[in-house]
Amino acid sequence: MTAVQTFTNNPLGTSITLDDVLEAFELLDDWEDRYAYIIDLGKQLPAFPDEARTEENYVHGCQSQVWLLDYFDDASGNLYLLIDSDAIIVRGLAAIILVALNGKSPRDLLTTDIDELFEQLDLMRHISPTRGNGLRAMVGKIRDTAAAQQAS
Amino acid sequence: MTDLSMASSATQSVLDVDAIRQDFPILAQQINGNPLVYLDNGASAHKPLAVLNAMDRYYREQHSNVHRGAHTLGDRATMVFEGARETVRAFVNAGSTEEIIWTRGTTEAINLIANGLAERLSAGDEILVSRMEHHANIVPWQMLAERTGARVVPVEVTASGELDLESFAALLNERTRIFAITHVSNVLGTVNPVASMVAQAKAAGAITVIDGAQAVPHFKPDVQALDCDFYAFSSHKMFGPTGIGVLYGRKQLLEAMPPYQGGGEMIERVSFERTTWNTLPYKFEAGTPAIAEAVGLGAAIDYLNRLDRVALEAAETGLLARANALVETVPGMQIIGTAAHRVPVMSFKIDGLHPSDIGTLLDQQGIAIRTGHHCAMPLMDFYGVPGTARASFAFYNTLDEVEQLFTALQKIQRLFA
Repeated sequence: MTAVQTFTNNPLGTSITLDDVLEAFELLDDWEDRYAYIIDLGKQLPAFPDEARTEENYVHGCQSQVWLLDYFDDASGNLYLLIDSDAIIVRGLAAIILVALNGKSPRDLLTTDIDELFEQLDLMRHISPTRGNGLRAMVGKIRDTAAAQQAS
Repeated sequence: MTDLSMASSATQSVLDVDAIRQDFPILAQQINGNPLVYLDNGASAHKPLAVLNAMDRYYREQHSNVHRGAHTLGDRATMVFEGARETVRAFVNAGSTEEIIWTRGTTEAINLIANGLAERLSAGDEILVSRMEHHANIVPWQMLAERTGARVVPVEVTASGELDLESFAALLNERTRIFAITHVSNVLGTVNPVASMVAQAKAAGAITVIDGAQAVPHFKPDVQALDCDFYAFSSHKMFGPTGIGVLYGRKQLLEAMPPYQGGGEMIERVSFERTTWNTLPYKFEAGTPAIAEAVGLGAAIDYLNRLDRVALEAAETGLLARANALVETVPGMQIIGTAAHRVPVMSFKIDGLHPSDIGTLLDQQGIAIRTGHHCAMPLMDFYGVPGTARASFAFYNTLDEVEQLFTALQKIQRLFA
C-alpha cells in the first residue's frame, strides 16, 4: 500500500459513514454498549506511520498523546486525515471525528459542526474545553488545515 | 447544625462516617445517574457546612477591610481574621502568629520563600529537592537557580516509592543551601521521614522547607517538633476554601527576608525618600487579604479539631487497607508506590489501559479520580509511565465506596476485553 493509499483507504468517513454511527447510537441504550461501540470504532483507525510521529504532527492535549496527519488529494479536491492516540477512548472519539470529517472537501468539512454531532451523541463532555483530552485542539487543527487549503 | 460526629464509645472510637457525610452537602448528588463517589481528594477536598456557614456569616455580619480600625465592622473582620491566624498557629504548633503568613496556597508560599532567599545564594550553591516533588516544589527553585547560578539537585526515590535516604545523605554537602522536601507525596501517598531529614540538612547548614500540602488533610504537623525553617500548605486540600494557604516561617528568617510584594498593608511608613516595612506577619501580606477564605480555613481546622483524630486516622488506614486487599480482583492492576508508611492515596495502572481511559469510564459510573502526571513529571519518568490513575481518599469516604471503585474497574476491564 502506498502512502497515499493509507489515507484514501481509511474506512472512517468512506465505507463507515456518519449515518452508520448515528444509527448504531440509536440502538445502544446503556453506556457500556455505547463505549464498547466507541472502542470498536477506534480499532478501525488505520495504522499511523511511525515516521509521522513528529512534534509538528503532535496535538498538545493534557493527558493522552494524540497525532494528526493530513493529505490533500488534488485530483478529488478532498482532505484526508489520519489520527492516532495512546488512549483507547480517545481513539474511538477520534474515529467519530473522522467519520464526520475525513475525505471531504475543505468546504464541506468547514460546514460540519462537530459540537452539534457530539451533542447529538451525548458525548459533548468529551470535547468540551474543560476536559483537556486534546480532542478540541485536534478539531481546531483539522479546521485550520481545511481553511488554509481552501484559501490556497 | 450538628457536625460533631464520633461514636460515643470511649474505649474504642470509631468514626461515624454516615454522620460525617451529612456535614458535606456536595457528596449527596448523582453523577451520570450514579451516586457520586468522590476519590479525588488529593486534588481538592470538599467543604463541611461549618466552613460554608462561617464564610456566609462573615459576609452577612462581619465583613469590612481588616486592620483599618475606624469602625465596628472593621474591628469584627479583624478579630475573626486574626482569630483564624491563631487557629492555624495552634494547628501547626508554631510559637507565634508572627510566624504564620497567609498566602494564596502552597505554590505561592514556596515562591515567596524562593524569592526571599535569593540574596543568600550564589553560583555553585545547591538546592536539594527530591524526585517525588510536585512541580510547585521544583519549578520555583529552578527559577531561583536560574537567577543565582545555583543548582537544583534531586534526592532519588526507590522502586517502592520511598526516598533513597543513602543518596540523600551522600548529596548533602557544604554547598547545600536549601533543602525542600514534600511531607507526603501527592502521587504515591508516601509519608517521608522529614524530621530526621531536616535534622541532617540543618547539620549540613541548609535552610529547610517542607511542602505539607498533602499532609495536612490527613494529620497535624508540629513545626516545632519537625524543627523545620518553613512549612507550607493549602487550605482547599484540608476541607477549607480555595484561594488561601499558609506559610509557617521561623521568625528570625522571616525578619531577615525582604518582602515578597509591595503595596498596602505591608508597609510601616511610605515616603518618596524612604519606605519602611511593617512588622511580621504583615510584611509579607501586601494588599487586602483573602479575609473570608482565612475565616473559612479557620472553620475547617475547628471542624477537624472536633473530630476524633485517632478514629479519623484509623478510618483512613482502613480505607487504604481495603483498597490494597482488592487490587488482586482486577487482573493487570498494579499499584505505583507501596511504601510502608502512606496516607490513603493510591496511584495505579492497569495493563492495556491508558489512565485517561480509566478516568473517563469511572466518571461514567459516578466515580471521580485524577488521571495524568499529577504535576510530578520527573516521578512519572522514573516509573516510565505517561501518567497514573490516582484514587485519593478522605475520612468521609466509606469502605463501600472503595468496593464500588473496584467493581467499576472490573466492569471497565470487561469492556476492553
